[in-house]
Amino acid sequence: MFIIGELINGMYKEIGKAIKEKNKAVIQDYALKQIKAGADALDLNCGPVAKDPLSDMPWLVETVQQVVDKPLCIDSSKPKVIEAGLKVAKNKPIINSTTADLEKLEILVDLAKRYNAKLIGLTLSSKGVPQNKEQRLELAAQIVAYCSEKDFPIEDLYLDPVVLPVNVAQAQQKDILESIHEFKIISEPPPKTIVGLSNVSQGTHLRKLINRTFMVMAVAFGLDSAILDPLDKELMDAIITAELILNKHIYCDSFLEACKKK
Amino acid sequence: MIKQHLENWSSEINTVTIGATKEEGGSCRYNIKIGGEKTLPFLFKEGSLPCKPVIAYEVWDTVPSDWPQELVRFYKDVWTNPIDWAEKVVKEYHADLICLKLAGIHPEIGKTPDEIAKLLGEILRKIDVPLIIIGCGDDQKDNLVLPICSQVTKGQRCLIGEVTQDNYRTLTASVLADGHNIIAQSPIDINIAKQLNILISDMGLPLERIVIDPTVGALGYGLEYTYSIMERLRLAGLNGDKVIASPFICFVGQETWRAKEAKAEDSEFPQWGKASRRGPLWEMITAVTLLQAGADILVMRHPEAIRKVKEYIELAYSV
Repeated sequence: MFIIGELINGMYKEIGKAIKEKNKAVIQDYALKQIKAGADALDLNCGPVAKDPLSDMPWLVETVQQVVDKPLCIDSSKPKVIEAGLKVAKNKPIINSTTADLEKLEILVDLAKRYNAKLIGLTLSSKGVPQNKEQRLELAAQIVAYCSEKDFPIEDLYLDPVVLPVNVAQAQQKDILESIHEFKIISEPPPKTIVGLSNVSQGTHLRKLINRTFMVMAVAFGLDSAILDPLDKELMDAIITAELILNKHIYCDSFLEACKKK
Repeated sequence: MIKQHLENWSSEINTVTIGATKEEGGSCRYNIKIGGEKTLPFLFKEGSLPCKPVIAYEVWDTVPSDWPQELVRFYKDVWTNPIDWAEKVVKEYHADLICLKLAGIHPEIGKTPDEIAKLLGEILRKIDVPLIIIGCGDDQKDNLVLPICSQVTKGQRCLIGEVTQDNYRTLTASVLADGHNIIAQSPIDINIAKQLNILISDMGLPLERIVIDPTVGALGYGLEYTYSIMERLRLAGLNGDKVIASPFICFVGQETWRAKEAKAEDSEFPQWGKASRRGPLWEMITAVTLLQAGADILVMRHPEAIRKVKEYIELAYSV
């Protein structure tokens, strides 16, 4: 499982404050502890109320790169902010994200190609959130078709079925999980799959239990990657164990430790 | 036309260096690198296989009691003196490296640590190829003698073993202190192989200094089982499981010459053909099969079998 740590996001009070005050120590601390906990990459998001995201994003990228040598996931709804981050990213970055709308695809696939970045594609469009599996697949196919047409490598495309909170979209959860599996059949080579996990438990009690349970089920449906809180140790251990049960790691008595040695 | 499918592996097998040259503080003419594979054995088009498999000749510190005539005839002139034995395989048979088996320290024979220390000192003076040192298999005696071997050969970057899941601490500590590599033995069991590598690396020995002995069976004695275990470990290593991405050492000679098909004299089974052909063929076929499974070091006995397997390796690597 390719784990992207979600904690450097300006919507969190402490991070928002650190970005505003340009406090490197706080950001770097969050970067290091997420990597130590097993994250393979880090998501960077200036937050919804950032005053100057065009300079905040490159500052975040450079601040994190001073202490961590891992890919960064440049997370913004504004293509210009994404590009500002891509310009200074050292390791192959990940763009978070495009939707299936043509005007978004045109800009973001071009950016991904120019900066040799991976790209997250949300199965969303200006018409709204898909209501079932068929709509998700249709949007996924649109994204894949556009990327193929533009010669963007499909192995670098991460399709996100858009995880919805279980307390508002209970009837959709099964479709979301099945989409993870079916996205793989769209093309050869297949696209990668990703979820933004925490959304599933938005507004619920027992958030960690819901996150963890959904995640284990998603692993069983073949999920490749997730944006999540790597400091949730029980979640991280559950992922490793789910992969163990699917025979993705060789069992040994210290299997949790073995996976952390990667 | 069918398109050729080439697998793209995400990781590679660790490279282990055995032997230290004079420039590196040792006394070898050269060092030997094993491992480093980026694909499965012999799939040269798919990825790089930077290190050729190597063959170590067995040399014992005592006269082997159960070797058949077919082996005795090559070694009986030297086997009362391990130095002569080692010199013979280096000079006459051009051994890449030597595997010194300390069978004599077994409580039933009772060679002392002092005798072994003296022997090793002399070997280092006279023999200039990389060295593998193997205990007698008695945990208590190995834990007494092998740390001394490790000290005497400090800086020579030997490969020393074997450690098991139940007995790894003493030797790992010595090997770590004296700059050697270690052999981790597991009983044809991937789960234990992995666990043992974790236990060793938790003591501070880098994974790049571990060679796995998966325990092998000779042709007709579980060879296919060994093969599947080695293949599974290798696939996991190439797929990014760093913990078990270790090269393999296979004790081919020891297993082959236990099989009655290899060691039976002509008179026992006349219909089986001559022992002088049958025995080395048995060892050779076992070795070549294990090369296909990913063996990096073959420890062998019969000079003719070794010559043939070397030819096989050279031929495969020349295409």
